Amino acid sequence: MLFAAFAAALAGCATSDVEPASASAGATTDARSSSSDAADRRYDRNPYPSTYKPYPGRPTLITNVTILDGEGARIDNGAVLFRDGRIVEVGQAIAADGADVIDGQGKWVTPGIIDVHSHLGDYPSPGVDALSDGNEATSPITADVWAEHSVWPQDPGFARALTNGGVTTLQILPGSANLMGGRSVTLKNVYARTMQGMKFPGAPYGLKMACGENPKRVYGSKGRQPSTRMGNVAVDRATWAKAQEYKSKWDKYEEDGEGSAPSRDIGMDTLRGVLAGDILVHNHCYRADEMAVVMDMAKEFGYKVTAFHHAVESYKIADLLKANGVCSAVWADWYGFKMESYDAITENLAILEKEGACAMIHSDDANGIQRLNQEVAKVLAAANRAGMAMTKQQAWRWLAINPARALGIEAQTGSLKPGKMADVVLWNGDPFSVYTRPERVWIDGALLYDANDPRLRPVSDFELGQPGEGDVK
Amino acid sequence: MKRLLLAPFAFLGAASLASVPASAQDVAITNARLVVGDGSGPVDGGTVVIRGGRVVAAGTGVAVPTGMRTIDAAGKWVSPGIVAGFSRLGIVEVDAVNPTNDAFANGSPFNAAIDVAPVVNPRATPIAINRAEGVTRAIVAPQVGSSIFAGQGAVIDLGDDMAAVTMPRAFQFLEFGEDGAREAGGSRAALIVQLRNALFEAQAYARDPASFLDRGKQALLTRADAEALVPVLEGRVPLLVHVERAADILSLLDLMREFDAIEPVLVGATEAWTVAPQIAAAGVPVIASALADLPASFEQLAATQSNMGRLKAAGVTTALGMINDEDARQARYAKQYAGNLVALGRIPGAAGLSWGEAFAAITSLPAQVMGMGAEFGSLAPGRRGDVVIWDGDPLEIGTAATAVFIDGVEQPLENRQTRLRQRYLDPKEGALPKAYQR
Repeated sequence: MLFAAFAAALAGCATSDVEPASASAGATTDARSSSSDAADRRYDRNPYPSTYKPYPGRPTLITNVTILDGEGARIDNGAVLFRDGRIVEVGQAIAADGADVIDGQGKWVTPGIIDVHSHLGDYPSPGVDALSDGNEATSPITADVWAEHSVWPQDPGFARALTNGGVTTLQILPGSANLMGGRSVTLKNVYARTMQGMKFPGAPYGLKMACGENPKRVYGSKGRQPSTRMGNVAVDRATWAKAQEYKSKWDKYEEDGEGSAPSRDIGMDTLRGVLAGDILVHNHCYRADEMAVVMDMAKEFGYKVTAFHHAVESYKIADLLKANGVCSAVWADWYGFKMESYDAITENLAILEKEGACAMIHSDDANGIQRLNQEVAKVLAAANRAGMAMTKQQAWRWLAINPARALGIEAQTGSLKPGKMADVVLWNGDPFSVYTRPERVWIDGALLYDANDPRLRPVSDFELGQPGEGDVK
Repeated sequence: MKRLLLAPFAFLGAASLASVPASAQDVAITNARLVVGDGSGPVDGGTVVIRGGRVVAAGTGVAVPTGMRTIDAAGKWVSPGIVAGFSRLGIVEVDAVNPTNDAFANGSPFNAAIDVAPVVNPRATPIAINRAEGVTRAIVAPQVGSSIFAGQGAVIDLGDDMAAVTMPRAFQFLEFGEDGAREAGGSRAALIVQLRNALFEAQAYARDPASFLDRGKQALLTRADAEALVPVLEGRVPLLVHVERAADILSLLDLMREFDAIEPVLVGATEAWTVAPQIAAAGVPVIASALADLPASFEQLAATQSNMGRLKAAGVTTALGMINDEDARQARYAKQYAGNLVALGRIPGAAGLSWGEAFAAITSLPAQVMGMGAEFGSLAPGRRGDVVIWDGDPLEIGTAATAVFIDGVEQPLENRQTRLRQRYLDPKEGALPKAYQR
């Protein structure tokens, strides 16, 4: 367990590469095609563009189900209609209108689960050194690495997250060995031959940062800075100061076109994107006191922390997090594997919710990602026992719209709203019960898992021809 | 090795293990949705009577002795306490803080002789946290550090007292896959040589202890280690073996035929379902990982959550354990894992467990594979008074234990997590800092 805990701890620090909608692939392409001088001076913000295309689906109406819409609403005896990859209507009486009809009597429908913190592909199964590509643990600042360049699309873990977990979207983060570990990437949970084929269209990039034990241990053990928490902050501050300079030079060049182009620095590109608000910061940070320091540091340098991940002690500073508009991505009940996880409580997420701070569940784990609904069920039960009256529909926000917002993709997915991607799970019962499993999962309206159809169970290249191939996992 | 493991422990009997805690109370719990833990489903209107720290009766139509303290369960679920089928409870406080982690010893010249019983800390926070969720007993194993042998594990209770150890030196723990190969120098082939040699050495020690000189750090087996392996060789304590790959399971079964008295128990056993008939024929029980379904290593390529269900169907005695899965702290997950196995039964092509089977896999079966089924793990008369009252189905997420008895002693359910929760239900500081709020 010790080794597993270390791996988890190190793994637990990826963030996403986020570009806001204005810096997304489409906008960048427009800029490149523009004839304006300023556009010519811009470097490509999106050199590895998504090639993801939704798979074909059939117009589908699911009736007689309990619906949790992902934004806090519940519809009993509800129905949901989707076609051409998009949600068309959610309500109670909906006309079939030529769609395939599924009678979901006794079943539940939710939006697909979004895991804001995963290392699938970067730390794939099997977990051998040859495939271990999640931590560029060679320097405390590796803002230049991009998690997407490590993603192995054949990781068998993607299939488990889909079929057992109902996970339709996930953010892959680089690990937490480093203060600035690099860019994250957001994926649709659809097997493809290439990473680009999984890449969520238009999702902004993220920057993974880490505070606390991991960076100080990894580099302290090498006899170099940082070896302490104060060292962590010192290296961060020095780096942000350089990033401000870099941004200023490039902004001036891109806007005014004076002089020759400044030197490119791939890592600084990412930090410039953060300072410009185009790339979202996902900061691995456990302790309340450290989160407070990081929020001050963000103010000092003019950036924003989108979410603290593994925020075990967020419940202690829910008011401060709310005031700063910073989200917390947390586990339900992991505790004690390292010192900075010692004060974990199962009610963490619920106390944040009660206090009005943004919060969500996350896995950081190839097993945990298969049961995020159960993790939320634990929190919900603990919350209600502690006197915080919370509902299932409220709690599903922790699995859907809240992580979608933290990833900057809430306009496209994260809830069952007309016009959004038809990322939908039909559960064979109440998804907060241990006795419930996903029955069918659609991504962009394409049926990609059906418990009743053995042909609709993905088998990655790695598992083909191996013992247990295609088995129910 | 073909005997049921109950046999080697018959000699223990009630007498040697029946120390009654001073504060044990006689108590009857009535009107219960009663689960005996033997694989059967719940029955309503049940009663449990505990006297002298032991169950004296459980079932329907059980009379409450006159004058005995009686708790009306009001229809709530009542069951035996959860038994952690494989854990490191009580020997680790914070995994990554080495001075608090007594699970393994990289630098020790000793291995099989290592004994966790004297170092179990009943005040380790995971004890109280898991007790509050209905875990009452645990099989506690050391972890390998510098040998294929990890040492001698213990069976403990999770009671709020300083006497945690139910059975010291209850088993020896061995790594027989990738981890064992690493400790043996780098291959499974070397591992087999090392294991056979160690057992030969132990046989030599057993024949004539006085002539077995300790050859110090250079020895392939120190005197202390050889001595510790004798009860294993003689089948007096089981040999728990972590093994995942089907081929390794078969080669282990072969090897064990050479040492006929040894009582192996397979631990982990991800690929066991693929050789279930051979395991059943050998009469070897399994403490399996319930939900491992990823090819996490090349020795787990056939991983599936149907492993336990298929082993059960093949007639293998299979308990649920959590090796390398939060085993120092999260024994409480066993309930959730068992519930997931029930859910699996609804998926075409999968093999799950019935509710009663799943509950037995986390109560009576771990006790049984350790040869201690007569001591705990069910509410059959004579078992220790480890009883939990739940506010719902104990396998369902969010069900809470409302009362926990261990050896008939009602247990406190508070721990530092419940205290932290109370302190921070309102996170804002008041007239004094939080440190003054207790």
